[in-house]
Amino acid sequence: MIVEIDGKTIAVEKVPNVMRLMEKLSINKEAYLVIVNDRLVTEDYRLNKDDSVKLIKVVSGG
Amino acid sequence: MKCRVCGGNAVINLKAYNNALCARDFISFLENRVLKTIQRYRLISDEDRPLVAVSGGKDSLSLWYILNRLGYTSEGIYIDLGIEGYSSLSLDKVKSMADMLQRKVYIFHLMETLGKGIDSLSRIIKRSTCSACGMIKRYIMNRVCMDRGYNVIITGHNLDDEASALLGNILYWKDEYLWKKGLELKETEGHLSKKVKPLFLCSEREMAAYAILKEIDYVRDECPFSVDAKSLVYKDILNRIEESSPGTKLQFLKGYLKVSRTIKAQRKKEDIDYCPICGYPASGGICSFCRIMERFGIEGGIKFDEYKPVGLST
Ligand code: SF4
Ligand SMILES: [Zn+2]
Ligand SMILES: [Zn+2]
Repeated sequence: MIVEIDGKTIAVEKVPNVMRLMEKLSINKEAYLVIVNDRLVTEDYRLNKDDSVKLIKVVSGG
Repeated sequence: MKCRVCGGNAVINLKAYNNALCARDFISFLENRVLKTIQRYRLISDEDRPLVAVSGGKDSLSLWYILNRLGYTSEGIYIDLGIEGYSSLSLDKVKSMADMLQRKVYIFHLMETLGKGIDSLSRIIKRSTCSACGMIKRYIMNRVCMDRGYNVIITGHNLDDEASALLGNILYWKDEYLWKKGLELKETEGHLSKKVKPLFLCSEREMAAYAILKEIDYVRDECPFSVDAKSLVYKDILNRIEESSPGTKLQFLKGYLKVSRTIKAQRKKEDIDYCPICGYPASGGICSFCRIMERFGIEGGIKFDEYKPVGLST
């Protein structure tokens, strides 16, 4: 499946849910929010192969 | 996951609170926390004339929005540091929020004042960009309040900003700063306006979720100078701890508030000197800002532009 992270698009092997996706990409759950088909979702959200998935970083520096 | 309040679909899982909420219930949960923080710690009162420091980022724009929603009518101040490709974009976001709220925003342009952006200025005064930037921002925020009759400056520092700064101060035992942090900085009549942080107990993740759910248009890009900011390393470490022990960041700050209150009360008030030119607190003579103005041969007051949304009369 196609995932957008920090504005970049990457291809990821299909995973059952958002939690697995974050683990697979070694992403901290406090540091990112996940948007699927333009909606904010929780980690247990079950992913379908045509879902449009965006990972948004919430941490800012400075 | 289901919303713990209404049973609808949850959009966010808040492990620190052992809670999961839908969009509507999360929005009121967060707004309520901001309100409770303001009331419990008496950050803003009805007689105050507050001004919000807005950067164009998620925290300060959401805060400005929330305050006006909660009835704390407030205008804004934006400090344009002249950072190419970043400052003007940030200002656009600030202006759209001003339009939406129908509130005025003061704008200070570093470039128009000194003919230099923060990058060249920091090299001239031999400071790191972020240290020069911090100095200018603190000074201007205070100065606009003094010049324009506001008595409280409100900033969008969130739980993660504060926890990472605290961690940094502890790691290096910066005793001179360590106990001065907190939800508010007291005012000094005629010299310094009060400074408050209503988002002190709201995490960065919660603030981003709020901004997304409310469709607040904020700058997603980072300031180009933030890449090697130490605070990012501290935030990352704290988030790893948070992931394995949810609620740690909140406890860290709440514990600090408790302990620092006792320590602050025990400590003697230090004598503070003030800048003979502008009255800003300065140790020994002219303050850093007035020294820069002297160096650039600039005399007279500081100019603030005002952006007034269309339709706003006052
Ligand atoms: S990263 Fe540094 S230069 Fe950029 S806004 Fe923050 S403090 Fe200023
Ligand atoms: Zn609900
Ligand atoms: Zn001065």
